[in-house]
Amino acid sequence: MLPLVLFFIFAALCVGGAINLLVQKHPINSALSLIVVMGSLALIYLLLGAEFVAAVQVIVYAGAVMVLFVFVIMLLNAGVEERTEHASRVATVLGVPGLIIGLSIAVWVVSHLAGLDRIAIGGPTVMNGSDVFGNPQAIGRLLFRDFLLPFEVTSLLILIAIMGAVVLARREE
Amino acid sequence: MVPLSYYLVLSAILFGCGVAGFLIKRNIITIFLSIELMLNGVNLSFVAFAAQLKSLDGHIFVFFVMVVAAAEAAVGLAIIISVFRTRETLNVDRVNLLKL
Amino acid sequence: MGIGTYILVSLVKIAIALLVLLTAVAYTTLLERKVVAHIQNRWGPSRVGPFGIWQPLADGLKFIFKEDLTPPYVNKPLYLLAPVVALTTALTSIAVIPIGPWIKLGSINTPLQIADVNIGLLIILGVTSVGVYGVALAGWSSNSKYSMLGGLRASAQMVSYEIALGLSLIGVLIFAGSFSLRDIVDSQAGTWLGFIPKWNLFKGQFVAFFIYIMAAYAETNRIPFDLPEAETELVAGYHTEYSSMKFAMFFMAEYANMVTVACLASILFLGGWSGPVFGPPIVQSLLPVFWFALRVFAFMFIYIWVRGTLPRFRYDQLMAFGWKFLLPLAIANIVVTSLVVALK
Repeated sequence: MLPLVLFFIFAALCVGGAINLLVQKHPINSALSLIVVMGSLALIYLLLGAEFVAAVQVIVYAGAVMVLFVFVIMLLNAGVEERTEHASRVATVLGVPGLIIGLSIAVWVVSHLAGLDRIAIGGPTVMNGSDVFGNPQAIGRLLFRDFLLPFEVTSLLILIAIMGAVVLARREE
Repeated sequence: MVPLSYYLVLSAILFGCGVAGFLIKRNIITIFLSIELMLNGVNLSFVAFAAQLKSLDGHIFVFFVMVVAAAEAAVGLAIIISVFRTRETLNVDRVNLLKL
Repeated sequence: MGIGTYILVSLVKIAIALLVLLTAVAYTTLLERKVVAHIQNRWGPSRVGPFGIWQPLADGLKFIFKEDLTPPYVNKPLYLLAPVVALTTALTSIAVIPIGPWIKLGSINTPLQIADVNIGLLIILGVTSVGVYGVALAGWSSNSKYSMLGGLRASAQMVSYEIALGLSLIGVLIFAGSFSLRDIVDSQAGTWLGFIPKWNLFKGQFVAFFIYIMAAYAETNRIPFDLPEAETELVAGYHTEYSSMKFAMFFMAEYANMVTVACLASILFLGGWSGPVFGPPIVQSLLPVFWFALRVFAFMFIYIWVRGTLPRFRYDQLMAFGWKFLLPLAIANIVVTSLVVALK
């Protein structure tokens, strides 16, 4: 019972944050609602027994990537979003909820047909720590043995991204 | 116990919000935030399936998605800064000259 | 232990930890004023009680009775949110820090720690990285040049030094093989030759220790890295526009972060609460806490000593130091440590 209650609390936070991201006019408010989404997702990951992913979600996503976003929004200090003239009001008012509800109903139907709603995960065993399988040791073993080459390739990717960012953002002399 | 399909529906809602934001928003930074929201939605379904299959591969995939998202944010924000410098706007409709 | 007892014990521990932490924060301000005063050949606070011992209470009362001013041009929701974020994240990280071994009170056997989590160190890193928002939002929402510059400086500085800080901990993690702070302390038990303790500092992690200390000074915005609130150029940096209790919340957050850093340094590098234990049972159960508090006090004293001694860096020097010196040094430390562990 408790995991279900916790799931609904964090899921409500997630959905609220995501909708707030759409509603808000100023990018900094959108960025802050995305941080709320990421934080509640980290807690849902904990419910799923994914300790390491939850911690990395907070440290990398909420703590580094989003800080970069907030930093750029502060640096550019560009005010409220301006509406464009030819935007369709009807598409926004009806299309957006339609898209979201339609997509979730489609997922619900497909997972019902596949029998996935009878599979229950993340129960009390996760809560007392006996079913936590996403611990850092296991992830590290997998990452540095089976996925060593992809890991090295991503580090190369990060290096290229750093150089690209420096070259792009530097003021030309 | 939480049924697996609940996680998938939540993931679909987040992804849908991301797509909607990407389509209706005109501020380039908010569009970027919507992309991050989509990635988060996908990550949730990876972790949920990893918990169902008792396999860690899903977690590894999420890890790689985060790394790529970080790299993408760094380059993307650098591009946004340089666009803002030349055109003084963040509205994507006003960044309409092919040659900057 | 039933779930009811567990919740009750946890609530009691949370109350005690908050009380002790806030008292420590209050008295660190007094210690700071006293020590800096003596370094500068002054007396410091001396009027409220003997040696100014009630000065923190007087300060607190003064903060409460000051006018709570909200400037008219600020972005109000974010302006009010910022100090809350700063203080909450600063107080949250104490939840996973152990201050002593397990104790037995009647039938209740409990660790001296609010929550013994096996990813404790990652939680602290995560919570402190979220703490950046308090400073950044304060700077942005105040709608003032000084605050803005302070907020920008703080967010760039904290993100940069977080990398060196995180990498300096890897050596310790290699020795301990766990993210749990209790396991890290346990891995430093015992002595060499009967008198040299097996602290990580003496296991060859002294480079990591100095990287950690310097990066942590930058993370907590303390001299010589206090560019975000450099009073000679930015008035007060990101909290220029804050008054009364909202200013006090930033102040408390800074000192609570210093306490966390000191606790973490003692746990990771100086063996936590290890030390000679003797005497009757009640003394035996309290001595480890005393040894731990002694280390934390020493770190707080060094913080203040550095503040009274060193001048401030320039901002480009700060960034160059973090990226070009601390980061390569931290990576070299990881390589050497892992080579030593692998070849042994």
